Amino acid sequence: MLLNQFLLLAAVLFSVGVYGVIVRRNGVLVLMSVELILNAVNINLIAFSTFWGLGGQVFALFVIAVAAAEVGVGLAIVLLIYRNRRSVDIDQLDELKG
Amino acid sequence: MTPLLAATTFDVPGNVVFAVLAVFMVVAAIRVVTTRNIVHAALWLVVVLGGNAIVYLILQAEFVAMTQLLVYIGAIIVLFLFGIMLTRAPLGTSDDLDNNQRWLGAIVGVLLLLVIGFAVTRTWGDDRLDFAAYDLPVADETAGAVVELGGSGNGRTQALANSIFSDYLIPFEVVSVLLTGALIGAIVLARRD
Repeated sequence: MLLNQFLLLAAVLFSVGVYGVIVRRNGVLVLMSVELILNAVNINLIAFSTFWGLGGQVFALFVIAVAAAEVGVGLAIVLLIYRNRRSVDIDQLDELKG
Repeated sequence: MTPLLAATTFDVPGNVVFAVLAVFMVVAAIRVVTTRNIVHAALWLVVVLGGNAIVYLILQAEFVAMTQLLVYIGAIIVLFLFGIMLTRAPLGTSDDLDNNQRWLGAIVGVLLLLVIGFAVTRTWGDDRLDFAAYDLPVADETAGAVVELGGSGNGRTQALANSIFSDYLIPFEVVSVLLTGALIGAIVLARRD
């Protein structure tokens, strides 16, 4: 098996995730797209760990833990936005725009 | 660059499994970002995450694959479904899940894919994964005695645990503090006073 086939699969998943982050309006769907991106990075880390040693697997585990933390805090923020504005449309959150 | 099926350091069945899996995962990922039903997006995400676990198994990372199944499909998907229900998202088909930047998003995605694909193909286009190397016994001096890694069925997991609790101990502790902080933060944000 070539290393490149895993890297290309990860690149496709990463690009699809970036598309989702740009295009989606619902906050929960944006978080799902971020999960796609993190998983693509994990494929890269594991593929390189078969190449250079176990450090990649350790970092993949760290990425999984950080992703769990990110989803917890992110969904709490989305819930708070929903409670304050009755909507999770992140395109309407433009108070910072002058 | 050799064609994929001719590069058989693993074997041809492995490449066939990978090809089928890759098609499934890419289609499911595209459905996640294009479907008009938000619950279906969460369920397509399950396909991508499960495919990820199988990719880890192909790459002989059993422990990470099991962690992926437990953490992502066991916990994070449930969290997403909770989020969908608590924000009272439209459970049926709805047309306003996307904004009007579809073309911009598609252009950015395709450009990114071209750049990353060109870069990795150019840099690692011919490198092969030599899975046989992991079956050789490796002497490990860190445990005091010589431990045979990779010889027994769970040797890789043992080596992974050794490496987490020796080389990467400080980052491991930092990650646990981060998880505690994130959970406390989530509780503080989500409770209503």
